[in-house]
Amino acid sequence: MSNLKHTGLYEAHIRAGGKIVPFAGYELPVQYESIKVEHEAVRTTAGMFDVSHMGEIYFSGPDALENVQKLVTQNIEKIKPNRAVYSGMLYTNGTFVDDVLVYRISEDEFMLVVNAANLAKDYAWMKENLFGDCKCENRSDAITQIAIQGPKSKNIVQQLTNLNLDDLKYYRFRQHQIIGIDAIVSRTGYTGEHGYELYFNRTSSIKVWDALLEAGQSFGLKPAGLGCRDTLRLEAGMPLYGNDIDDQHTPLEAGLDWTVKMEKEDFNGKNALLQQQQKGLGRHLVGFELIDKGVPRHGYPIFSGSKNIGIVTSGTMSITLGKPIGMAYIRHGFEQLGTEFDVEIRNKHFRAKVIPMPFYSVTRTG
Amino acid sequence: MSLPDDYRFTRDHEWVSVDGDIATIGITAHAAEQLGDVVFVELPSVGTSFEKGDVFSVVESVKAAVDCYMPVSGEVTEINETLESAYEIMNEDPQGQGWIVRIRMTDTTEIDQLMTAKAYADYLSTVE
Repeated sequence: MSNLKHTGLYEAHIRAGGKIVPFAGYELPVQYESIKVEHEAVRTTAGMFDVSHMGEIYFSGPDALENVQKLVTQNIEKIKPNRAVYSGMLYTNGTFVDDVLVYRISEDEFMLVVNAANLAKDYAWMKENLFGDCKCENRSDAITQIAIQGPKSKNIVQQLTNLNLDDLKYYRFRQHQIIGIDAIVSRTGYTGEHGYELYFNRTSSIKVWDALLEAGQSFGLKPAGLGCRDTLRLEAGMPLYGNDIDDQHTPLEAGLDWTVKMEKEDFNGKNALLQQQQKGLGRHLVGFELIDKGVPRHGYPIFSGSKNIGIVTSGTMSITLGKPIGMAYIRHGFEQLGTEFDVEIRNKHFRAKVIPMPFYSVTRTG
Repeated sequence: MSLPDDYRFTRDHEWVSVDGDIATIGITAHAAEQLGDVVFVELPSVGTSFEKGDVFSVVESVKAAVDCYMPVSGEVTEINETLESAYEIMNEDPQGQGWIVRIRMTDTTEIDQLMTAKAYADYLSTVE
């Protein structure tokens, strides 16, 4: 038998007719009804994802801030409590260990949310880097995370809590009760849509899931699987570790310069990135659309004439936009908007051009 | 799912419906279900000749791209142009309106080598 783990919501997925697949060491639903239907629910009403497989690692103590500062590329000193920030966590050679969300719980307590597939190596890396008076603790197995995403997500989550969600701005969070359960209510997500991520004790998994389902019923809330999580994040231009970022690429190459705060005294990878900046980048992560009809996918090579100039890292037929889109690393000189190249699909060349990311975005209110 | 009695089937989940020397070919309801939402179908050109076993079409869903293999040899006489835009009929009616190509068979006896509906149903019960 497999030794795949279950989240606290496995029974709920079975009950909802989830199509279960192995993912990052877990058995999780790739879809319930259909990827398309769930994708559209998130864009038009709301979708609810079990993302309990994500890892949560806590840093606490007098030297917690300095530890997190050394690990990540963002300047956490400037992140006040109750705020979260998206950041790279790099090796000293400047490539990604992982991409993480850093939550500042208090002056000297932080929660780092990491990719499930990377949890073991991330935790090992963090402990290897640990110094001073700081505790580093992996609480992933005890924490359930549910993401409610979509234009109706506020109406739904608001029914479960007396926290005024109108006051909760993008990338802010509060520690507050939902249906009487201690939780972190965070205005974040991986879909490009207005949404929330809720973190709470695993023992309350089904209780919260069911309460959300009930509250969401009149708003068209649907449980949503990993399948549409990927198509949604790609439309939103959000990178996926293992596809678009990895231990072979730096945040500068990935176009994530905004997450790198060079003014910080020191952080892992800083020197390597400074050198790369001086030398100039050899390749760039770009967004593209296919002009010819087809579906670009991870690993397809990219050509300019007969010259191989890059590789597709993510691709899909965009459900919202109705056109094939993707991300790719391409050689320096081909990254300008409007630049055309060919994506090789089954030994045939399909015309593509560089377009801005995100491919899809909502106007943010508050 | 229902399998029309007069269809023949392959182990790769294609179906064939025969009318004289013309064969209509598509993917089975089982294949469509496994693929999920179809987002693109690569169609061959009319007039192209294929040997039995050649890839004649690629059906792409959100999740995957799947090759379709010719169940019998022949020349394409018609393609289902509806599939150039309304991909969803591949999921809604894979064994009917979601047909992919029609071919003029070069050897009608090849049909006899394919599975009957009953044999395919038995085969499905072994792969599930």
